[in-house]
Amino acid sequence: MLDDEGKKYTTISIPTPLAEKIKKRIKGTGFTSLSSYVTYVLREIVSGKKEESEEAFTKEDEKKVRERLRALGYLE
Amino acid sequence: MIQPHGGKLIDRNIKNKKYETSKLPKFEINTNIAEDILNIANGVFSPLEGFLCKNDLENVLKEKRLESDCPWTIPILIDFDNQEIKNVKEGETIALTNNETGLKSLMEIEEIYACDKKNLAQTVYKTDDPKHPGVANVYNMKEKILGGKISVIDCKIREFDKYNLTPKETRFLFKEKGWREIVAFQTRNPPHIGHEYVQKTALTFVDGIFINPIIGKKKVGDFTDEVILASYETLMQHYYLKERAVMSILRTTMKYAGPREAIHHAIMRKNFGCTHFIVGRDHAGVGNYYGPYDAHEIFSEFPDLGIVPVFFRSFFTCTKCGSVVNDKICPHDQQFHINFSGKKIRELLVNGQVPPEDMMRKEVSETILKFKKPFVE
Repeated sequence: MLDDEGKKYTTISIPTPLAEKIKKRIKGTGFTSLSSYVTYVLREIVSGKKEESEEAFTKEDEKKVRERLRALGYLE
Repeated sequence: MIQPHGGKLIDRNIKNKKYETSKLPKFEINTNIAEDILNIANGVFSPLEGFLCKNDLENVLKEKRLESDCPWTIPILIDFDNQEIKNVKEGETIALTNNETGLKSLMEIEEIYACDKKNLAQTVYKTDDPKHPGVANVYNMKEKILGGKISVIDCKIREFDKYNLTPKETRFLFKEKGWREIVAFQTRNPPHIGHEYVQKTALTFVDGIFINPIIGKKKVGDFTDEVILASYETLMQHYYLKERAVMSILRTTMKYAGPREAIHHAIMRKNFGCTHFIVGRDHAGVGNYYGPYDAHEIFSEFPDLGIVPVFFRSFFTCTKCGSVVNDKICPHDQQFHINFSGKKIRELLVNGQVPPEDMMRKEVSETILKFKKPFVE
C-alpha cells in the first residue's frame, strides 16, 4: 500500500484494548495518529533503548526498608 | 530502576493491623492460596490486585495476557465449593484467613463464576493428563471461582523470613548497591558446578545476581527448603563476591507449567527489580510434557515483557576441552562430555557420599550432608 507521499506501508493488527490505551496516551502530544505512535515505539524497541523509572519512596518507607535490610544483614 | 510489570508496584497491605473483620463471612483457606494473596499484596504479582475475574481468566488462557493486554500466563485463582459460599454474593467483602501463615485478609467479591477445568488444564499445561501435578491440582479445584481484589491485614513472621524480601525491599537494595542491571536465577535445588557456571556467566555481563530459590510445597524426593538455602549460603560465602550476589526466597508453589510458568517466573523477577532472567533447559518442566527448550521459545511471543530472558543450554565438562563448556562452545563429540547429573549427585548424597568436586563444590556437599533428612519425604 502506498500513501500520499509514495512511502510503503503495511497493515498490522493490534489488540483493541492496547489501541484504546495508546489513543488515550497520545492525546495532547505531538503524535498525530495511532500509527505514528506505534511506529515510534516499535522503532525505539528495535533499537534496544530501555525505559526506566525511579521508584517513589516516602521518607518513612525508605527508613523502614533500610532498617529491615540492615537488620537482616543485606546492608551494612 | 526497571518498571514493575504493568507499570506500578502493587501494595495491597492495610496499615491498620487491627482492622475489624468480625462481622464479615470468614473462610479458612489453604497455604498455597494464602501465599498467592501475600504475593499479590506485596507486589510480586503486579499488576494483579486480586484473583482473576472471568474476562481476565479467558484472556490469560487464549492470549496469554490480561484483559488490559499486559502479558500474563498463569491464572491466579481462588476456588470454593458451592456449599461453602452459598450465602456469599457479588459485591460483598469476605475475610480470608490461614493458620499456617497467620494471614488475615479481605476480598472484595467482584464475580463468582465457574470454569471448564479440562480446558484450563489443557491450555495452561498443554496436557489434560491427571498424572501431571499441575493438571491434578486443576482437577481437584472446587466448583466456584471468586474474582476480586484482596487486601492483607496481617500475617505472622515465619521460618526463613530473614531471607524473605518484598519487591519494594529488593528494589531499594539494588539501588543502594548501585546495581542497574540485575540477573535473576530461579532455583529449587542446591547448586552444582553447572548451576554456578550459568550464574557466573550471566553475572559477568550485569551488575549483580539475584539468587531466588522457590520455597513452598514440593514433590516427594525434592531437596528440603533448609538444604537449598544452606547450600547456597555456603556457595556464596566461599565462591561469590559479597557485593555482587544477593539471595532472597520466593514463597510460591511450583505449578510445573513449563513455558507458561517460565514467563510467570520472569514477571515475578521483573517485579523484584531484575532486568534479566536466566531460563535454563526444561524450565519449570516435569516428566516429558514439554520440549527441553519450549520455555525459551515462548519468550518470542512477548516483545513487551520488559525483562530480558537469558537463555542457557546445559553446561557440562568436556574432557577434551579440559573445562566446563556447553554445546554452543564445545566442538567435541559427546563421548568426551560428562553431564552434571542432578540424579547422580542426589544418589551419592542419599548414600552419604560426597559427589566429585568437579560436580559439586566440596563445601556445598558437606553442608548438605550435615542434614539428617535432606529430602522431602
